[in-house]
Amino acid sequence: MHKESAIREPLILGHKTYHDITEDVCRSIEGKAPKAWYIMLGIAMLVGLYGVGCIVYLLGTGIGTWGLNKTVEWAWDITNFVWWVGIGHAGTLISAVLLLFRQRWRMAINRSAEAMTIFAVFMAGLFPLIHMGRLWVGYWVMPIPNQFGSLWVNFNSPLLWDVFAISTYLSVSLVFWYIGLIPDFATIRDRAKSPVAKKAYSLLSFGWSGRAKHWNRFEIVSLVLAGLATPLVFSVHSIVSFDFATSVIPGWHTTIFPPYFVAGAVFSGFAMVQTLLLILRKGMKLEAYIHTRHVEYMNIVIMVTGSIVGVAYLTELFISWYSGVEYESYAFINRATGPYWWAYWSMMTCNVISPQLMWIRKLRRSLLFTFFISIVVNIGMWFERFVIIVTSIHRDYLPSAWSMFYPTWVDIGIFIGTLGLFFSFYLLFARYFPVLAISEVKTILKISGESYKNGTAPGHNDHH
Amino acid sequence: MAERVIYAMYDDDETLKTGAKKLVSGGVHISDVFSPFPVHGIDPIIGVKHTRLGIVAFMLGLTGLLLAVFGFKLLMIDEWPINIGGKPNFSLMENFPAFVPIAFEFTVLFAAHGMAIIYLLRNKTLPGMPADNPYPRTTDDRFVMEIRMSENHMAASEIHAKIKETGVIEIEEKDYVVIK
Repeated sequence: MHKESAIREPLILGHKTYHDITEDVCRSIEGKAPKAWYIMLGIAMLVGLYGVGCIVYLLGTGIGTWGLNKTVEWAWDITNFVWWVGIGHAGTLISAVLLLFRQRWRMAINRSAEAMTIFAVFMAGLFPLIHMGRLWVGYWVMPIPNQFGSLWVNFNSPLLWDVFAISTYLSVSLVFWYIGLIPDFATIRDRAKSPVAKKAYSLLSFGWSGRAKHWNRFEIVSLVLAGLATPLVFSVHSIVSFDFATSVIPGWHTTIFPPYFVAGAVFSGFAMVQTLLLILRKGMKLEAYIHTRHVEYMNIVIMVTGSIVGVAYLTELFISWYSGVEYESYAFINRATGPYWWAYWSMMTCNVISPQLMWIRKLRRSLLFTFFISIVVNIGMWFERFVIIVTSIHRDYLPSAWSMFYPTWVDIGIFIGTLGLFFSFYLLFARYFPVLAISEVKTILKISGESYKNGTAPGHNDHH
Repeated sequence: MAERVIYAMYDDDETLKTGAKKLVSGGVHISDVFSPFPVHGIDPIIGVKHTRLGIVAFMLGLTGLLLAVFGFKLLMIDEWPINIGGKPNFSLMENFPAFVPIAFEFTVLFAAHGMAIIYLLRNKTLPGMPADNPYPRTTDDRFVMEIRMSENHMAASEIHAKIKETGVIEIEEKDYVVIK
C-alpha cells in the first residue's frame, strides 16, 4: 500500500469505514428524493421542453428563424456549440489526465464531472445537427457508400474532422464512464431491496462480481482508456479551433488557436464542475468526500488555465498589431471599440481578471466565492466564443456588407432549452447513479482518510 | 458428488492479503478472491496472471489507423479525387497533413471501443448476465476467498484449520455452483 505524507491534507474527512462510503453514496439513491429535487427537475424539464419546441419550430420553418444574415452566417449556434464542448472537457480531463498523473483527489469528483461532460457534449452535438436545417440528412456527414455518384465526404475539411472528433470523444467518454460505473452499480444491486431496483441495477451492472482477475483487467482498461482519452481531450478542442483557424477571416486565422482553445475549454469545464459540485456536495451530504481541499485544487486549475487564456488574448492583440496586416489589426480594434465592445470587455473582465483573484489563498478556499467565480467564468467563456465568432465576421472586407447580429426568440429559446435539458440529465444522474466512484474512493480510504492518517481510526492497527 | 468449495470472509483487505500469503505458503491453492475494490498486490499471491488487454488495445489501434489510411487513399485519392481549395491531392503523402486528425481519431475510436468490448466479453459482464459473487457484501465491505476443493489436495478440515489462523471472520463450506 502507498503511503501519503502526513502533512498532506486528508482527502476524506472524519472517520469512515468501507461500509460508510457505500452508505453515504447509496443513501440518496435508496431514499426518497427531497422536494427541492422535484422542483428543480420540474423547472429544468419545462425549460428543456421549451427548447425542444423551439428546435421543432426551427426544423419545420428553417434556419431563417435565427437572427443570421448574409454577413453573420455563424452566430449563437456555433457559440453555443463551442461553449458546450468546452464545458465537456473537464470530466475526461479529470478522469484521464489526473489518473495518469496519479492525482488521488480526482476520485471524489471524476464520476460527476464525467457525467457533466457527457451531457454537455450531447448539448454541443445538437447545434451542428440542427444547423444543417435538414436534420434528416444528417447521416451525410458519415463516409457511407451512397447512390449520389460515389460522392464521399471531404476528409480535407475541418468541419468533417470535427464530426469525427466530437463523435469519438462522446463515445469514448461514455465507455470510460460506464466501465467505471459497472462495479458501483453492482454495489447498489447487492443492496437493493425493491424488486424493480434490483432488476434495474442487475441489468446496469452487467453481472459484475468483483473477481481478482476482473479487477486486474479493470485497472488496465482504465489506464489504457486514460492514455487514449488524454490526447483525445486535447485533440477535440484543437480540432474545434481548426474550424476557425484554417479559414482566412481576420481574427480567426491564427496559429495560437489550438492551445488557446484547449486552455479555455479546461477553464470553463472546471468552472462548471465547481458550480455543480458545490450544490451536489451540500444537497447529497458528501462534505466529507468533496471539501475545501478539492475545491482549492480545482481553483488552482482554473487559475492556471485562466492565466493561459489571458496570455493568449494579449498575444493575439499584440500580434494583430505587430503583423502589420491592417485587416487583422482592424478586427481587434473593432472587437475592443466597435459596436460589440461590451461583449469584448465582459469577456476580458470575466476571463482575465477573475481567475487572478485565485492567487489569494483565502479566496480560493472560500466556497461561496468559488461558486460566484465559477458562474462568472462560465458567462465569460460564452462571451469569448461570441466575440471570436460574431465580431470577427460582422464587419467583413466589404463595408457595404457590414451588419449586426441580433438573436431572435428561437436563438434564445434553443440556448436556454439546452441549459434545461443539461440540468434535467444531471439531476436524473444525481438521483439514480452513484455520484461518487464508490470502489475508487475505497482504495484511498486508508491512504488519505483523516482518521487513518492521524491514527485515531478505531481498530486500525498499522500493517507496515 | 458435487464439488465442494470453502468461502473465507474477511473484513479488511490487508488481513486478507497477509492471510492469503500464509495460506499459499502452507500449500493451499486459492481459486479466486471477491472484493469491493481492486486489492493491490493480491494477484501475484494467488497466481492471477497479468492481463494482456493492453496489447489488444494496441493492435486494435493499429487496425483503426490502417483502416483510416486505406479509406483516405481509396476515397480521396483513387476513386474520387476532388480539388478542394487547391489542396494537393495527387498522392496520399501529399494530402496526408489534412488527414492526420481523422487518422488519430480513428485510432482512438478503434482502440478504445475494441478494448472495452473485449474486456466485457472476457469478464462475462454483459447486459442481462447474472452476478456470481457468493455474498452480496463482497461489493460493499467484505473480502472473500474462494477455495475450491478440486484444486486442493488437502482434507477440508486441514484447510479449515489453516484459514482459522488468518483473522477470518466467517468460514462456509458448500457445494460449488457454476452460475456463468
